[in-house]
Amino acid sequence: MRGLGEIVHEALCRGVGRHPRSQTRPSGLGFTLLARASLRGQRRGDSRKRGGTPMTRAGWIRLALVTACVAVLEVACRLRWIDPVAVIPPSRMAQGAWMLLASGEYTHDILLTLSNVAMAFAIALVLGFAGGVALHRLPRLRRAADPLLASYYAVPTFIFYPLFIVLFGLNQWPLVAIGVLFAMVAMALSTLNGFDRVPPVLRRTARAMGLSRLQETFLVTLPACAPEIFTGAKLAVVYAFIAVIAGEFVLSGAGFGFKIAFAYNNFDNPTMYGLMLLLLLLVGVLNWALYAWERRLYERQGRA
Amino acid sequence: MTDAAVSRPPRLAWRPPLETLALIAALVAGWQALHAFVGGDALPSPLAATRRLGELLAAPDFGANAAETGRAFAYALVISWAGGLGVGILLGAHRLAGDVAEPILVALYSIPKITLYPLILLLFGLGVSAKVAFGALHGIIPVVLFTMTAVRTIPAVYLKSARAMRLTPGDTALHVVLPASLPEIFTGFRIGFALTLLGTLIGEMFASQRGIGYMLIHAMQNNAPDVILALALLLVTFATAASWLLLAIDRWLRHAV
Repeated sequence: MRGLGEIVHEALCRGVGRHPRSQTRPSGLGFTLLARASLRGQRRGDSRKRGGTPMTRAGWIRLALVTACVAVLEVACRLRWIDPVAVIPPSRMAQGAWMLLASGEYTHDILLTLSNVAMAFAIALVLGFAGGVALHRLPRLRRAADPLLASYYAVPTFIFYPLFIVLFGLNQWPLVAIGVLFAMVAMALSTLNGFDRVPPVLRRTARAMGLSRLQETFLVTLPACAPEIFTGAKLAVVYAFIAVIAGEFVLSGAGFGFKIAFAYNNFDNPTMYGLMLLLLLLVGVLNWALYAWERRLYERQGRA
Repeated sequence: MTDAAVSRPPRLAWRPPLETLALIAALVAGWQALHAFVGGDALPSPLAATRRLGELLAAPDFGANAAETGRAFAYALVISWAGGLGVGILLGAHRLAGDVAEPILVALYSIPKITLYPLILLLFGLGVSAKVAFGALHGIIPVVLFTMTAVRTIPAVYLKSARAMRLTPGDTALHVVLPASLPEIFTGFRIGFALTLLGTLIGEMFASQRGIGYMLIHAMQNNAPDVILALALLLVTFATAASWLLLAIDRWLRHAV
């Protein structure tokens, strides 16, 4: 976990066309940029420490800050500065999370949500990749879709959930469809971004060496844009989670989101906060792991 | 920015977006085909949805609901933009603070914030403040991140020149820092706009008895697909028009600076 300062800004400059060689225009891409931004790691601490074993000063301060926030919340709740009906102390949240894991009562819901997310992710990955390639290959389609893509994430996708229930029936597929719809576009935009950035010299070299189209794709183009594609996959995981959970909140009879809403309606604070903590931890750890992996990918290409 | 300085600012000649219109026509045709395939009541046709939207717009309570959403969205947007700008400039100017805060912000950006809605409701209660809080929660982080980045990436030579020319700090901010970071900041504003709208609507769905979001959740619970589609049409049109406008300003800023 390092500061993203330089990284962000470099990614952003490159992404939005300040960089002399970048022709990428601002579009819906902003969303993928944000995620990518987090990547490019701070140059200064970088050469000294690889793999992030020793922490930077910023890292220690961050840890201290987060710990202090949790401690303040704990004390504030214990001393009843905060209404205990609204917020329970973090220690009790953790206890609640542990209890509901140990009881096994929620295992089914958790697994259900995870399997929906996994399916949505897999489908979004394929469709998003195909969409990105299509947008890259067909400039007219791209020009046409640009304004629509830029506003895509302003519409709450899960309002279409009831329609999907009509289309797919009352099973898990409507939720998966919501996840796909939400994650697919981020994947497509990342893929497009990756293809845009393959330096023309690589293509020319491939042609000069007489590679066939297939060889060019698999030996040159895809490896060159692997980091962006991975970024897209990372976003697709996050977005699939967001959409599936949101769908479960709105209209569902099972799953993580439903159980949180259920606990909320029953004033069951330990369960509610326990589930929230579990979910946020799960997504947080997953993100962090993907982020670390992603950074290695960019580093291998000497782009971090 | 070197090449941008050389190239001329593009003329703002309006070219009819024929391709986009064609794509929209194709999407509407696909919708119609799906309607024919699924059958009348389950998935209303584009025409039926448009007619329903007309009825909704003419209904007496619609104005109040739209105004309610507009008000909450406006408050949330002001908080996102102004708050994000302020925090972003502070974090951008102080490197260590920025390094400390950035991963926390990125982590917050990527969690499903809808999970936090019980917390927001418990803290703010049902009503306009919860909606505003939800909208601002979604919108402020991208604005902070983009502003911070913009301030950090101002080339050092600009600031050095400003010093060499003995500009006062106020003049430096106005004539150097602001123009140099404006395009990036505006990109943050643009993304913040979309996410604030999303957040406000989600807030209304769960934390309100009025507004477009409430109408949506009401229609979902009563299984009224025509109302859902009509409102979706309205939202998509509004969001697309607004983001198209913001995108045009964004591009113009990038070329003009």
